[in-house]
Amino acid sequence: MSAIATEAGLAGTVAPGRAGLIRQAIAERKAAALGLGLIVFFVVLAVAAPLIAPYSTTARSCAVFAPPSGAHWLGCDDGGIDVLSEIISGGRISLVIGFAATLIAMLIGGGVGIASGYFGRWLDITLMRITDYLLVIPDLAFAMVIADVWGPSLSHVIGVIAILEWATTARIIRAQVMSVKERVYIKRARSIGASHARIIGRHILPQVGPLLMANTVLTVAVAIYLETALAFLGLEDPTTTTWGTILEHAFDRSAVSAGAWWAIVPDGIVITLLIMGCFLLGQAIEDALNPRLRVAHLSSRRWALRPLAGRGPDAI
Amino acid sequence: MTSDRVVHDAAASSAAMTGDQALLDVRDLQTRYPVRRSISDRLARRPRQWVRAVDGVSFSLRRGEMVALVGESGCGKTSTAQTILRMTEAAGGSITVDGQDITSVSQRKLRPLRRGIQMVYQDPYESLDPRFRVRQTVAEPLLVHGIGGSSSERAALVTEALERAGLSPASLYLDRYPHELSGGQRQRVAIAAALALDPMLLLADEPVSMLDVSVRAGVLALLDGLRRDGRLGVLMITHDLSTAARFADRIAVMYLGRIVEYGPAREVVADPRHPYTKALLSVVPNRDPRVRGTAQILSGETPNPVAIPSGCRFRPRCPIAEDRCAQTDPQLALSGNHPQHQAACLLASLAGGGAAAVWSANQASRGAAARRRGIPAPRHAPRRPRARGTRSASGA
Amino acid sequence: MSGAGAAVLEVRDLNVWFTLPGGGELHAVQGVSFDLGAGERFGLVGESGCGKTTSILAMMGLLPPTASVAGEVRLAGQDILAGGEDSVRPHRWTDMAMVFQGAMNALNPVRPVAAQIAEPILLHGGGSAAAARQRAGELLELVGIPAASGARYPHEFSGGMRQRAAIAMALACEPKVLLADEPTTALDVMVQAQIMDLLVRLCDELGLALVLVTHDLPVVAQVCQRAAVMYAGEIVETGSTDALYHQTRHPYTRMLFAATPDLYSDSEVRSIPGAPPRLDRPVPGCPFQPRCDSALDRCADERPLLRDVRAGSGPEAPAETGFADAAHLAACHLNDAVVTQ
Repeated sequence: MSAIATEAGLAGTVAPGRAGLIRQAIAERKAAALGLGLIVFFVVLAVAAPLIAPYSTTARSCAVFAPPSGAHWLGCDDGGIDVLSEIISGGRISLVIGFAATLIAMLIGGGVGIASGYFGRWLDITLMRITDYLLVIPDLAFAMVIADVWGPSLSHVIGVIAILEWATTARIIRAQVMSVKERVYIKRARSIGASHARIIGRHILPQVGPLLMANTVLTVAVAIYLETALAFLGLEDPTTTTWGTILEHAFDRSAVSAGAWWAIVPDGIVITLLIMGCFLLGQAIEDALNPRLRVAHLSSRRWALRPLAGRGPDAI
Repeated sequence: MTSDRVVHDAAASSAAMTGDQALLDVRDLQTRYPVRRSISDRLARRPRQWVRAVDGVSFSLRRGEMVALVGESGCGKTSTAQTILRMTEAAGGSITVDGQDITSVSQRKLRPLRRGIQMVYQDPYESLDPRFRVRQTVAEPLLVHGIGGSSSERAALVTEALERAGLSPASLYLDRYPHELSGGQRQRVAIAAALALDPMLLLADEPVSMLDVSVRAGVLALLDGLRRDGRLGVLMITHDLSTAARFADRIAVMYLGRIVEYGPAREVVADPRHPYTKALLSVVPNRDPRVRGTAQILSGETPNPVAIPSGCRFRPRCPIAEDRCAQTDPQLALSGNHPQHQAACLLASLAGGGAAAVWSANQASRGAAARRRGIPAPRHAPRRPRARGTRSASGA
Repeated sequence: MSGAGAAVLEVRDLNVWFTLPGGGELHAVQGVSFDLGAGERFGLVGESGCGKTTSILAMMGLLPPTASVAGEVRLAGQDILAGGEDSVRPHRWTDMAMVFQGAMNALNPVRPVAAQIAEPILLHGGGSAAAARQRAGELLELVGIPAASGARYPHEFSGGMRQRAAIAMALACEPKVLLADEPTTALDVMVQAQIMDLLVRLCDELGLALVLVTHDLPVVAQVCQRAAVMYAGEIVETGSTDALYHQTRHPYTRMLFAATPDLYSDSEVRSIPGAPPRLDRPVPGCPFQPRCDSALDRCADERPLLRDVRAGSGPEAPAETGFADAAHLAACHLNDAVVTQ
């Protein structure tokens, strides 16, 4: 389509840059806006937790497994602690783990991907074998072993998730770098005498940046999911309150048999919402970056026939 | 080796004849690329094969001059430019720029030398970073080489380069992105980026082949004007003989990694000596439909440079090849009436009439041979525009 | 000059619009009309974006859903565009075929060439598989490839041979009209000569009518009997290639010739300043006026019509009867002045 549009005299119109594409993706897609909205909502909630949370998460404020009421909207857990307050505060650490792990994973994954794709040769071979190794190991099993060996602590959980998540990103970024590297403007920069650092920093990084961003958002979702899973399996510091430990506590203290659904369901819903938000946004960015996904080549729609009503004077 | 000596002498004599010191002097340049070996090749321990992309190329270029390397794809013209730029390492021979041999200078020492040699690429849609404004693209070489200390100095240099490239007033273009420019303007931005470093040698690889016909002339005139100012020399790589004939001082026709004909542009076009040049010229279409030339359409395409034929490399497709062409690899030698006109053909040294006679005689016998082998003989439709010439059926 | 008798292909007032993503519409082809006789070679020349490729894609009914089309495309007198996609489909490939730009790179890399040529024959009811294979071999021979090579894969073919195979594919269902979109760009000069030679031979031998879309004026001059020069979506001059060169009646044609370096003449090579107008808004006057070197005052707001500009014909002679053998039409006000003088 774009080729035809260009052929048809549209050469002068403005094609959006990649950053523009992301903005456009969000503007055009309700799903992306919804995703972004969800993420922003939870971030604001986490940052403002001490101000918003109605009760303390350490001190008792009501009866054990008290059902939802006007004073306690989401009821209380086994220790008589307000569930709503727990969820609001627990989001803080869950998000910190999610974002921190993702940041580390992106730094490693982006760095490895760029180095591997740009320099190639033995470096590429070495780094990609490590990546392959991490990719074939089952995530959860590996995380359980590491977390168990290292012992439960916040930083360990972040570390485990980061180690697990960088490999996928490295693969994706490497592929992109390898194709960008062959572009003529990169060759031109090399022939000018530009250093590798400059070429990577000024030409390659901006080109893979949006892709890295899409990946970051998607990885946050996976990281939060992993955090929940690890906490649920008891591989996280039990004294901290995260969305994962809330679930774990509830199960531990047989909230299910007590019929206290409010100790489990709301927590599960917020986890799902945040993961969904990340996926919606990440997917939208990916779609926007890859125009091939947008064009429906095999669409059943066809060109239209138009009656030549207002025949101009130049009609023959 | 005697053959090497001949090559050197030919280049040396042309340098001597052109008077002052050459800006670029390429001698017997060779570039090879390894052919990827398959696993079975490795298991069988077959020796690694090499693509001899550039196989003994010599020419020189002075400031203020434009030399055109002409040939079909795979003839080694782009590899020659890549080797001169040191983007590809030479396997042999030497490259001298402004008196300094740069053939084996280390990459570190090469950096300051790169200032002097700039390249303009074929596709201006590809050679500009889509996220760089014109200002950034043109300033980048300055930043890389640490020229123009303050940003205002640099801005002045950028403006000067843009205006030298015909984008005037520069302020109109500085803040635009490549996609906001037309093809011709993009190519001018690419040229401006090359000019920012005030180079002495500009390598232009098919600088107009991706542009619309209506703007090509402008870009070519720009390159022509730049070299006529005398500050730099231009090595233009092109497949278009019309362009080369019009704008270059000298033409080097390349075939399979070798220059097969070399001389003043007008001479090469008016009095081609090598059968390959003759064939190339004969297929250039005339824009006047009344002038129907005799097209000498060679069959087949440029052969694989991994297996270069013995003797004369053009022999298998040559319409006038004789037995001795299989034995001797012809070197560039004076040919024709101009003292700087050289051709690498054993039969080119014959006087004009003689060569023509050999040509037509061989044509006749080849046609007969082709018929015997059951290859349809070329037909001679009277109204057919281009194919009235005999098509040679090359030895398969 | 052109094929005697009835025209094989008549294009009348072809218009194409594209709906733009941000709203608005782009009038890419604006009233293109021409005729083509059997065995005739017709050139469609112009810069990128002039609508030449869009025109032939519209004739084949191969435009994307964002396009809408008006006008007539008559094959042997029958308007195949009348019923939209449904009425074009039966004629596509069987009566009118197309060689796409870069067709040589569009072959399936994992299937032998002959099998790919046999496929459309089978799809269009060409009988048994063996017969289709037989026919594929004949087609390859026709375009100058030994039938035995058909068992080879595209990557074993050179660019020129792949392009020949692409032409053979287009000829599979024995069309009467062949539309070729820049069939030789990206090919070497010698291969270009071979392919053009082949197209000329096919027209002569099979009585095939050829529409050659290209930006290369000299190629058209040598290959085609007649041509149309397109600018900003419309034909600005059409006639025999001889008349276009020797009695040029539109400044754009003249300037295009002047912008083409010529091996055989010493005339100065001059580029055309400026750029074509955008087609997403109406152009009031002559679309070429801003770039024209001899524009009159009226050119800015009065659109010139295609008129017969043969010597002797009055300025009022409409193009109604046009497109006859030696018709020479141009859309330029300068011709009115010339004729009235």
